Amino acid sequence: MNAVANRYDFVLFFDVADGNPNGDPDAGNLPRMDPETSQGLVSDVALKRKIRNYVAMVKEGEPGHGIYMTERTVLNQTHAKAYEAVGLTPVAKKLPKEQDGRRITEWMCANYFDIRAFGAVMTTEVNAGQVRGPIQLAFARSAEAIMPLEISITRSSVTNKKDLEKERTMGRKHIVPYSLYRVHGFVNAKLAEKTGFSEDDLELLWRALENMFEFDRSAARGEMAARKLFLFRHESALGSAQAHRLFERISVARRIEDETVAIGDKRLHNLQPARAFRDYVIEADREGLPAGVELVERF
Amino acid sequence: MSFQLHIWGDHACFTRPEMKVERVSYDVITPSAARGIFEAIHWKPAIRWVIDRIHVLKPIRFETIRRNEVGSKISARTAQSAMNAGDLTGLHLVVDENRQQRATLALRDVSYLIEAHFEMTAEAGGDTPAKHSEMFRRRATTGQCFHRPCLGVREFPAWFELVKTPPPSTLLESDRDLGWMLYDIDYANRRAPLFFRARMEGGVIDLVRVRGEGLRA
Repeated sequence: MNAVANRYDFVLFFDVADGNPNGDPDAGNLPRMDPETSQGLVSDVALKRKIRNYVAMVKEGEPGHGIYMTERTVLNQTHAKAYEAVGLTPVAKKLPKEQDGRRITEWMCANYFDIRAFGAVMTTEVNAGQVRGPIQLAFARSAEAIMPLEISITRSSVTNKKDLEKERTMGRKHIVPYSLYRVHGFVNAKLAEKTGFSEDDLELLWRALENMFEFDRSAARGEMAARKLFLFRHESALGSAQAHRLFERISVARRIEDETVAIGDKRLHNLQPARAFRDYVIEADREGLPAGVELVERF
Repeated sequence: MSFQLHIWGDHACFTRPEMKVERVSYDVITPSAARGIFEAIHWKPAIRWVIDRIHVLKPIRFETIRRNEVGSKISARTAQSAMNAGDLTGLHLVVDENRQQRATLALRDVSYLIEAHFEMTAEAGGDTPAKHSEMFRRRATTGQCFHRPCLGVREFPAWFELVKTPPPSTLLESDRDLGWMLYDIDYANRRAPLFFRARMEGGVIDLVRVRGEGLRA
């Protein structure tokens, strides 16, 4: 399988309605926020978890698509089926340690999608046991400030016998009424070469980004959906333009009735907060893209 | 050949080695992290990047982020025996049984100007400095990179631009003693860490002078 040979820089937009996209363990599970701007945040690892879960689900039992970092819901037995008989010969005992380590790493890359995509640290004694994956994600950040709501809920049953005389127990949920998040990501072709991350894997990654929220429904999340994915595909492995300049071409603005209002416009203070995806306009500036860069709108 | 690279980003975490469980960032970028950024753009065994000066261009501010992380690494032995047996059963890590919640005290909204040059190494062979200098210049100008450079950790990408004149600084306190900082890891000498006394004077950390004064192991 050929490794990915092009550099990609991508922008993903996803939104949440009446849910908590990523709780902050430091703040009693409130949605993560940037304390200075009140923009909502979603950590890189939260999104990687969803990508792993999606791949584990659609590629269940397929060779080469094991997921090393599993949640309990992923059954261990399914991994047994992922066993790939090809190329598995017992390692000769006389190999020097470093080469040995490299073999283990290669084998792990060949069998586990998440190691091939995101990398992994496999022990420190062996020098080659550290893999940097080609996929790099940054923090997701909301387009505008979020205003989380605390919703108190009641449960009409109790957990402990001693609470039996109480009629109800109370709980709390934190939700973001609506927010559109933007996240930047990178595919490093040179690292893809090293882990064997293939074109098929890349296609699977794009599909995971599109569909990961569809299978991550829960009481806490509310309605989350991937809305837009823009790929900047570079002709070469090293790329042809600065990523930050490319990302600046993708802009978000508010739509108020038929008018488009830039984010940060003072008028927005007096206007209705956004409550749906249609309250935003996402625009891509395709004029004069640098040579060797192609802008693909995946969805 | 000397280069001036402007780098910036939303967040950064140049982890202090003494506080790496619940990560605490240094106040500014370390020379070793700066070297990593240059290497992400262009590096060959023939050259070695040396950081000369770090200009701090924005106020030093922190923000804490707590995340669920895993507490263990992949064991080479388990992988080895699974490999020999040709069976993936049991070779996985259940993250919610191995959970550690760790805080990161990260820097926010950082911007630096890094002055650096490279030296030729013993492995240079027939390579000329001009060749590597041109390669770096070309890549840094067009935004090419071997892999996306980052500000300490990979979730905080670094943006970069080759500049001729330093960008304007908004630093408020331009003289500060930053204490002992990691200079770099001495890979040739069993990965021994080297430290230096970091002083920011007029917003600049002068590493040429630091090297003249000598580094401490």
